[in-house]
Amino acid sequence: MFEIGLGHYLILGATIFTIGVVGIFLNRKNIIVILMSIELILLAVNINLVAFSIYLNDLSGQIFTLFILTVAAAEAAIGLAIIVIYYRNSGTIRVQEIDKLKG
Amino acid sequence: MIVHSIFFYIFSIIAVFSAVMVTVSRNTVHSVFFLILDFISISCLFIMIGAEFIGMIMLIVYVGAVAVLFLFVVMMLNVSQQKNEWLSGEKNSKHIPIGLLISTVIFFELIIVAGGWKYKPELLKNFSNLGIDLNTTNTHEIGKVLYTDYIHLFQLSGMILLVAMIGAIVLTFRHREGIKRQSYFKQISRERSEGVEVIDVEKNKGVKIDV
Repeated sequence: MFEIGLGHYLILGATIFTIGVVGIFLNRKNIIVILMSIELILLAVNINLVAFSIYLNDLSGQIFTLFILTVAAAEAAIGLAIIVIYYRNSGTIRVQEIDKLKG
Repeated sequence: MIVHSIFFYIFSIIAVFSAVMVTVSRNTVHSVFFLILDFISISCLFIMIGAEFIGMIMLIVYVGAVAVLFLFVVMMLNVSQQKNEWLSGEKNSKHIPIGLLISTVIFFELIIVAGGWKYKPELLKNFSNLGIDLNTTNTHEIGKVLYTDYIHLFQLSGMILLVAMIGAIVLTFRHREGIKRQSYFKQISRERSEGVEVIDVEKNKGVKIDV
């Protein structure tokens, strides 16, 4: 209980990952919250990588965390740009009303 | 050790709570604020576990850039009034049980994987090709590896950022009609013959200037 090991960090990562997945599944109103849930999922992956890196005494996990951080920042910028132009064209970003593709 | 575990539990409880609040919060601006809180507590965990560089970079990149970008877009699109109510409303509540079921299954699968495996011993023996030297700082270690072994990946991530920047600018660029703007080509390609005209002014007559 009072000895923090690798398992604690893995369970924390799993919890945050699941919360992000729930946020994607159950959100029907606002697409920005879906982007934030994707950021949460990437954060959970980062937690796992850093915990493995520390407990296995191997630095490559932290290097890959840096690359994931880069990709997450690029993805957030592109996603928000797409949302901005979609809002400019159609006047709404509610998930229910984005049904042009009839998916 | 006790202090370490107490702080681990404090930070992880704050992180999980704020992650929940990101998804269930009614107001989108509140969601962004809870996202910032989540990033800060996770980077505190990283600093505590011994990965200081990653923790600080996460503070800078996520809190300083990404979350502010989210806040910017939320306030610019004026969607904070659009309520984020995913639990209320009857006509869209059909997907909620199946979504919760799938999420629970995912969670327990991850827990089983995290709790129920062990390393192969021979794998663990020759594992650390990049062993962490405890005599130097974390930043020093990462710098020694990142600019030598991972230099191609590093430059590739720079290219990804460049492409993302250009893509965001191209996507959101809007060409408005009816606005006077500079044309650099016309400016530079002007010559004296079309720009200046010498006129002999006759006495008491004045000059008509064509625009």
